Amino acid sequence: MSDLGSEYSTDDETFRKQNPMAEFLRMERMPHIWCPGCGVGTVVTAFAEAIKSGGHDRDKIAVVSGIGCTGRVAGYVKFDSFHTTHGRAIPFATGLKLANPELTVVVISGDGDLSSIGGNHLIHAARRNMDLVVICVNNFTYGMTGGQVTPTTPNMANASTTPTGNYETPFSLPFIADAAGATFVARWTALHVRNIAQSIGQALNHRGFSFIEVIAPCTTLYQRRNRLGDGLDAMEYYKEDAEILHGADTRKIDIGYQGKIAMGKFVERKKPTFLEAVNEHYTKVIGDSYQLYSKTPLDKVAEEKARLSAGVSPEPLTCGAED
Amino acid sequence: MDGDHALAEGALAAGCRFFAGYPITPSTETAERFAERCPEVGGLFIQMEDEIASITANVGAVWGGQKVMTVTSGPGFSLMMETIGLACMMETPMVLADVQRGGPSTGLPTLTAQQDMMQARWGSHGDYRVIALVPDSPQECFDLAIEAFNLSETYRVPVFIMTDETVGHMHEKVVIPPAEEIQVVERNWYEGPKEDYRPYRYDGKGVAPMVKAGDGYRFHSTGLTHDERGYPALTPEMNKKVVTHLIEKIESNADKIIRVEEDGLKGADVVVVSYGITSRIAIRAVQEARKAGLKVGVLRLITVWPFCEKKIRELASKVKAIVVPELNYGQIVLEVERCAGGKCKVISVNSCGGAVHDPEEILAAIKEGAK
Repeated sequence: MSDLGSEYSTDDETFRKQNPMAEFLRMERMPHIWCPGCGVGTVVTAFAEAIKSGGHDRDKIAVVSGIGCTGRVAGYVKFDSFHTTHGRAIPFATGLKLANPELTVVVISGDGDLSSIGGNHLIHAARRNMDLVVICVNNFTYGMTGGQVTPTTPNMANASTTPTGNYETPFSLPFIADAAGATFVARWTALHVRNIAQSIGQALNHRGFSFIEVIAPCTTLYQRRNRLGDGLDAMEYYKEDAEILHGADTRKIDIGYQGKIAMGKFVERKKPTFLEAVNEHYTKVIGDSYQLYSKTPLDKVAEEKARLSAGVSPEPLTCGAED
Repeated sequence: MDGDHALAEGALAAGCRFFAGYPITPSTETAERFAERCPEVGGLFIQMEDEIASITANVGAVWGGQKVMTVTSGPGFSLMMETIGLACMMETPMVLADVQRGGPSTGLPTLTAQQDMMQARWGSHGDYRVIALVPDSPQECFDLAIEAFNLSETYRVPVFIMTDETVGHMHEKVVIPPAEEIQVVERNWYEGPKEDYRPYRYDGKGVAPMVKAGDGYRFHSTGLTHDERGYPALTPEMNKKVVTHLIEKIESNADKIIRVEEDGLKGADVVVVSYGITSRIAIRAVQEARKAGLKVGVLRLITVWPFCEKKIRELASKVKAIVVPELNYGQIVLEVERCAGGKCKVISVNSCGGAVHDPEEILAAIKEGAK
């Protein structure tokens, strides 16, 4: 047994060193928790690929996740990363981005996290055109807690809390994101790895709220409970029934149970981001006395030090106005 | 200036330049003040979609490098509780003011109370410690806002300012000292090799220095039980280390953190223990009692959490009675009773909130205690 153990540990080490994504992943945390056939790993790989091919500064990327299987992504990626509370990845990311606007903040979380408990935050971040990239891995179920119904579970699909089929009407997430004001909206399936990577790449370069939905299999719960086979069977389904429809009307892209999946880039439009709107507004309203908000206190301290060393006296601290 | 505005000015003076908030009576004036002042001082105000989003955006902003504050009242405070647990677990320095109003539920939105004192202590799930300060005037709202930031940076912990509607809306003179006279504790930023950075430490030697996202440390933080790298480590042993640390970093420094104001404790037969607006009402009762020849001392709690256990134990063995007036059905009095351990009478002068006490009620309790 001990020989077997050491053999395995050697394999692990080799795997960790040789993995092509090693520079993007916290290899010391491998193996990950995801099941064979799960779509989350595919999305992580596509994300890493997008960062790599896009030549982004890896020190300026931050990843925020909520809770659930996809919520664990933040723990595995080698960027500044935060695993937050259930449903709150978007407001956390909002604070992070606004505190340090030079960051590219990416939210990676699941359908339950982003559209059920976090649904309010999703629509408001979209409305504000907050400069975030939100990647939603939609596997139609709560995986971590054992396969309960979510707001995206197709009508009549089985879940542990709808054991005789889901009688509710599901959300179509691209439609919601579009209607709420997102300026980049796309959908792919876990089979379309290159498209996901390309779409994430575009979203990383897009200024404003980007929403990418990835339809992905949960083999252990959704697939099994609905007798849909394994991961490969899910890929067969995506291959057969997913169709690229760039620019499709988001009102018409609902997904029925094992039905057609419209995918592609549905929306790409220009609109000031939240921070652009803030700066534009105050520059107009209060003019020269407005301190353009974009620098962090640390930058200001550094600037102050530079000014002092250059022999310029600092401006007095503007706190404590009269009232 | 009123107490709510003074909170905002104190926070700005402490270097707070980020405020994510959600309006709720009777705290809205603080948010409005921030909204007005931020563009003048290079800060950012954002009104979020709810209190949960507000507190969470603030936690995110801390990890983006900012000093942050938000303000709320009872219903919003309840909504924020889960994320307060996250802030405690991630050891996030931040300041939250609760301008208390009468409850439960929507209760008395425009009327005063001190009913969230235990929620401040126990509101989020699990075991943790926070710091809570209680101002009794607009001046103290300003002063304690600065102190709250300093404590939060020193101990990497959320600090609550548990004020109330009366202090929040009371207009009094507030002296704002020149900036150079204000003591501000800056964040303890990590300096050292990037590969050696650990966002947490559990060796009993205080809190780890911080970094912010974007500085190249590529660190991780989570609400899960985590090791010093911030990586999930889901074992009873690790949880023991983490929870013990969260508690001990406050408890072992309680003497340094706790501030009380004392008057006439020496030789007193009865001591009135109070905090916030109630302590100002109590003064009137104490003056009357002293006129009547009673030996009455005053202990005003400026820090409520951690609780001044030693002080109460010490007093309990010397006095006949401790009188505890508060604008709730009896919250801090439970702590006083626990610490007094039956050594003296503990008389609660409770209230269901909505209005401050009539000093006569407190006077009657003092007389009762002096018997």
